[in-house]
Amino acid sequence: MALSHLAASASRSSSLLKPLSSALSLRRSISGDNSPLTVETSVPFTSHQCEAPSRSVETNPKELLTFFRDMALMRRMEIAADSLYKAKLIRGFCHLYDGQEAVAVGMEAAITKKDCIITAYRDHCTFVSRGGTLLEVFAELMGRQAGCSKGKGGSMHFYKKDSNFYGGHGIVGAQVPLGCGLAFAQKYSKDETVTFALYGDGAANQGQLFEALNISALWDLPAILVCENNHYGMGTAEWRAAKSPAYYKRGDYVPGLKVDGMDALAVKQACKFAKEHALKNGPIILEMDTYRYHGHSMSDPGSTYRTRDEISGVRQERDPIERIRKLILSHDLATEKELKDVEKEVRKEESPMPEPSELFTNVYAKGLGVESFGADRKEVRATLP
Amino acid sequence: MAATFHGVGATVAALSSSSSPSNSFGSKKLLSSPSRSFSVRKRASFTVVRSDGSVNFDLNSKGRRAQQLIANAVATKADSSPASSSSKPGHELLLFEALREGLEEEMERDPCVCVMGEDVGHYGGSYKVTKGLATKFGDLRVLDTPIAENSFTGMGIGAAMTGLRPVVEGMNMGFLLLAFNQISNNCGMLHYTSGGQFTIPIVIRGPGGVGRQLGAEHSQRLESYFQSIPGIQMVACSTPYNAKGLMKAAIRSENPVILFEHVLLYNLKERIPDEDYICNLEEAEMVRPGEHVTILTYSRMRYHVMQAAKTLVNKGYDPEVIDIRSLKPFDLYTIGNSVKKTHRVLIVEECMRTGGIGASLTAAITENFNDYLDAPVMCLSSQDVPTPYAGTLEEWTVVQPAQIVTAVEQLCQ
Repeated sequence: MALSHLAASASRSSSLLKPLSSALSLRRSISGDNSPLTVETSVPFTSHQCEAPSRSVETNPKELLTFFRDMALMRRMEIAADSLYKAKLIRGFCHLYDGQEAVAVGMEAAITKKDCIITAYRDHCTFVSRGGTLLEVFAELMGRQAGCSKGKGGSMHFYKKDSNFYGGHGIVGAQVPLGCGLAFAQKYSKDETVTFALYGDGAANQGQLFEALNISALWDLPAILVCENNHYGMGTAEWRAAKSPAYYKRGDYVPGLKVDGMDALAVKQACKFAKEHALKNGPIILEMDTYRYHGHSMSDPGSTYRTRDEISGVRQERDPIERIRKLILSHDLATEKELKDVEKEVRKEESPMPEPSELFTNVYAKGLGVESFGADRKEVRATLP
Repeated sequence: MAATFHGVGATVAALSSSSSPSNSFGSKKLLSSPSRSFSVRKRASFTVVRSDGSVNFDLNSKGRRAQQLIANAVATKADSSPASSSSKPGHELLLFEALREGLEEEMERDPCVCVMGEDVGHYGGSYKVTKGLATKFGDLRVLDTPIAENSFTGMGIGAAMTGLRPVVEGMNMGFLLLAFNQISNNCGMLHYTSGGQFTIPIVIRGPGGVGRQLGAEHSQRLESYFQSIPGIQMVACSTPYNAKGLMKAAIRSENPVILFEHVLLYNLKERIPDEDYICNLEEAEMVRPGEHVTILTYSRMRYHVMQAAKTLVNKGYDPEVIDIRSLKPFDLYTIGNSVKKTHRVLIVEECMRTGGIGASLTAAITENFNDYLDAPVMCLSSQDVPTPYAGTLEEWTVVQPAQIVTAVEQLCQ
């Protein structure tokens, strides 16, 4: 009976949570709190200068399955990137996001494509959640023309303008003022959209963050600053870098919320709450308590500053994909085998290397972008020497 | 730059009364006149003298077409009589007013243009460039920022990524060093690293250069630091005419443009046309055509050069003075044509000798026009020292007209 209900509701994609007093529906309701019946051990939200949202998260089987699928995809993608890097097909820097997928997926579920997201260099999964294809990801990582930035950006410079994904930035913390600028533009054009500016616990100590926060609070900008706290700034643990590791409180006069970043549903709830708040009251800080399994980047083994036990401990207890998997299985939404099949979706295709002439395109817009420059001038200039 | 055949006697007379080197900026009205008074000598040069609109080349340029109308644009003491002004179109204003006019016209024309900077709104701008704009356009379009250059420049760039056209003012160019990361990495490179997805139509402007005993930190010349950043354009204005034209062109450009103004040039007065005009961002300005030597300069040094040119003319030399205006990229077309004509080049700049605009220009000219040079390129720059406070020391730091005269004489032996 539960099964048939679920099968029907999957196509309806209606919210399962709600007020029915039957124990059955209570058990089916996916809530963020740790009612003794559910498998996940979620934590409540802690808040600073605002009221925390409720721990009960509305969701439905379709969404859960989408979460699972997306996160599994991201996980496989990052692992594939790992092997490609070791095979020297990806060069330079490669910062992997596995372990943190819940943040990207949960955030996307709470917002529209008109809202802007900007992040730092750990951007592969955020790009995918904004609608990027795997082909674009791998092509860009391998420097091919079919990449999202035509092979000219690389791992740290993924952008997708049509879905308002603004990258993709290499310098720690520099994306936060950019994000506040995006929020400013949204306020200027009165869009009723918000900007999520993501940064890490390492970047939280940058001065420009506080500068941008001050301006955003002053001008009431719809900016949501999201600290993805994976507890390590490259090799430095957060307690060695920050006097006050309560990043959600660092905004002082700006309200903040601490969220379990390994729980996609908690992330979704928090982002929804933040969006409503930002549109009415200006900036808010979200701290996502999350963890990365890989090192800071591919050149960092990730084990010199933390123990393997810690990593595997987190993987066992808090892995976001496992949580969703257990949720799904406990509610019999899909079979084990189906889930495994979903996990096999990585495709790599070959795509040509960029032309050498591409080195000089897109340095300036419109070839130096001056309206009144006639074609003659360019030709004459070329024959001078 | 446009020739004038009118009122020359008066302008020359007016000029000679104000020729003391360090005080030449006190008399704001006369400064622009040097550029006019020598074009009377009708040199048979193939570079165009555009007073009557007879243009020999490059007819497409909107800026040049408009120049015909400002044949007598300079307001000199002799020329400001009502009789002479009635025959000239246009209106007189000071350089900072010209900048404001350009900014205001662009803000009216395009609602996406906004201004951000310290004290630009209610205070009216520390050099009055944005005076009155906040009352006219409101607080959302003319934004007073806190003292946080790194972040508000970053915010301007972020806003530009979405299509807004911010004009970011650094109260002094030197303060923009705090925003160097944003300017270099985000402003300059985002168009490239995103594969062309984003354009950054931002304008970053502010006064720089050596002023009157402002001290070392407030007398910096940032064009030499920014010049290597790929993806940005740099222009320097020197007269009210090109200030307004370059401001408008910079705002309309899809590329990030850094507009360098000079603290001491804000009170220059000139008559500019009434109608809408822009100046090409990549074009140099022919200030005085000549035959013997090409003098390349920009911003405030233009006036030192013109002062020296007066002396040189009296000594029998015929210098060709070009205000390069476009610091990145260089207008090698105009410069090249001039080098081919005169075969001698002198660069006069306010940057430091090491790694300045002059250094790059020397390299560019030597690489491209080596065959046409009769003598090595000479470059006169400021001394490689922090600008001292004492007036006399400060004078010795920058290039003075006497040094320019000596250099030309040396070059032309």
